Amino acid sequence: MDILITGVLLGATYSLIAMGLTLQYGVARIMNLANGEMLVAGAFGAFWVFTTQKLSPFTSVAFVAPGAFVLNWLIYRFLLRPLVRRAKNRGMLEVDSILATFGMAFAFVGIMLLVFGGEYFTYSYLDEPVAIFGSPFGLNRVVACLVSVALCGLLYLGLNATRTGMALRAVAVDPAAAGLVAIDVPRMSTFAFALGGAVTAVGGIVLSTFLTMDASIGIVFTMKALIIVIMGGVGDVRGAIIASLILGLAETAVASLIDPGLTLAAAYLLFLLVLLFRPEGLFGRRQS
Amino acid sequence: MTRRETVSVAMVAVALAILACLPFLVDGYLLSLAVGIAMYTVLATSWALFSGPTHYISLATAAFYGLGAYVVAAGVDVIPYAVLLGLAGIAGGVVAALVGLATLRLSGVYFVIFTLGLAELVRQIVTWVQNNLTGSRGMYVLTEITERMIFWELLALAAAVYLIGWLVTRSRLGFALRIIGNDEVVAAHVGINSAASKLALFVISGTFAGTVGAVMAPRFTYIEPSIAFSPELSFQVVIMALLGGVHRLWGPLVGVIPFTILWEVIAGRFPTQTVLLLGIAFLLIVYLIPNGVVGRIESAIKLAGRSVKHG
Repeated sequence: MDILITGVLLGATYSLIAMGLTLQYGVARIMNLANGEMLVAGAFGAFWVFTTQKLSPFTSVAFVAPGAFVLNWLIYRFLLRPLVRRAKNRGMLEVDSILATFGMAFAFVGIMLLVFGGEYFTYSYLDEPVAIFGSPFGLNRVVACLVSVALCGLLYLGLNATRTGMALRAVAVDPAAAGLVAIDVPRMSTFAFALGGAVTAVGGIVLSTFLTMDASIGIVFTMKALIIVIMGGVGDVRGAIIASLILGLAETAVASLIDPGLTLAAAYLLFLLVLLFRPEGLFGRRQS
Repeated sequence: MTRRETVSVAMVAVALAILACLPFLVDGYLLSLAVGIAMYTVLATSWALFSGPTHYISLATAAFYGLGAYVVAAGVDVIPYAVLLGLAGIAGGVVAALVGLATLRLSGVYFVIFTLGLAELVRQIVTWVQNNLTGSRGMYVLTEITERMIFWELLALAAAVYLIGWLVTRSRLGFALRIIGNDEVVAAHVGINSAASKLALFVISGTFAGTVGAVMAPRFTYIEPSIAFSPELSFQVVIMALLGGVHRLWGPLVGVIPFTILWEVIAGRFPTQTVLLLGIAFLLIVYLIPNGVVGRIESAIKLAGRSVKHG
């Protein structure tokens, strides 16, 4: 029971990160390997606000989210769009964007090492127990879960109930056809990429309230987000949420039953199962 | 074998023989630089054997390399070193085969993702095994092997990589891989078993990376997961291969030599900014010279030839 609840709490937080990557990969078609670094940058923002300004880490959303949005907008506009133009087909774009974002990931790690140094950073926020079904859980985890659920709900609503959301979904399904019905595909892709980056950075804030991080841990979160997105089916928001919960549960089970050092192995095991049995994702349709 | 090929093979053999005398002429700093260049030549060339024609980007070199180093560290006191080199190669090949079996029948994205975290995964598992079974994280590799011998071993490996690469390019397998790289659907339609072809090359590449790790292990003396599985290694290998150019067998070499020397200078002068500078160098290469230096030179030659004809 403890594992179940902790797993769901963790999984709900992961779903926020997965949403960010779904927007970037599903809509903008950019396999962003620098995703985890954006997350760590957001976490650094929260850390800074909490330790130097003595404010709640969630107040850092006020500058982290717009900052990440602008930064990712600029990255897409000036670094990735040339690649989109250069690519002759989707395969080439994938190769190029993987290489470019992999380079960016290293550049980001380098910048963060310069600015913040290589130490682990952690802070204790709302580190008090609350009882759920009679067992104690960290209040920070519960709050993180609630914030994530609220933000995911907001995003889901935005994607399904607004015109912009509909345009984004149309681009995700077929960029060429979306262009035919007067959707500005380059603009929507840029917007999706920037929004995805902002969501990821906010995910970093949420995670930082209960996880210890350092400048070079981003790649682990990139892996997790990628695994969730593949497991849920690329561009499928509902699948991503369920996949996040599964990953959260699996990691918690491994961490508490075997060893906390093996969480990535748990993620890989899930990934392997998906690759072997359902490479198109949990709810994906099999390609003919 | 055509006449031109005979000449190139002879030239490569002579070049290797000359290089083999190098340790008698230089030592200390220059020799260690030469070891670095030889190491990256083997790693980058074997990487390009697979990733060049297929466009499947492997980010897992560090995983095989670290695994090879660990095989040596674990067995150095009980098993002869030469056997360990073979075992390390086999370990690299087996892991590559497992990864390849899981991912290579699907599209390239799955493969990239799987290799991206592979070094981290192997590191977690090795750390866990050490914590639970041996009790200590680090291991000592104390051997009689000198820097000179490491250089010769790497040179022999380089010769093997070039030989295998040359044979593969000439074979049906190499032809199949080039077709897969151009269009996988076409490859499937003309009856190429694309998953098996890719798997074969990836296993070769993994075997070499594992062996290189084992060769380099005595140089570390002390091995720890964070040293052996450094993600920067995978990254540097990809950078160097791309800088040189991956569509020619000797392309990566053109990238390895300048980059290794440049990197020595940079790492000495700005030790804290290496990660940032690596990232920037990588971005410059991806954006400015997508086909590598060799690709640039070749298109320049082609252009010059055309203008001569017209003029």
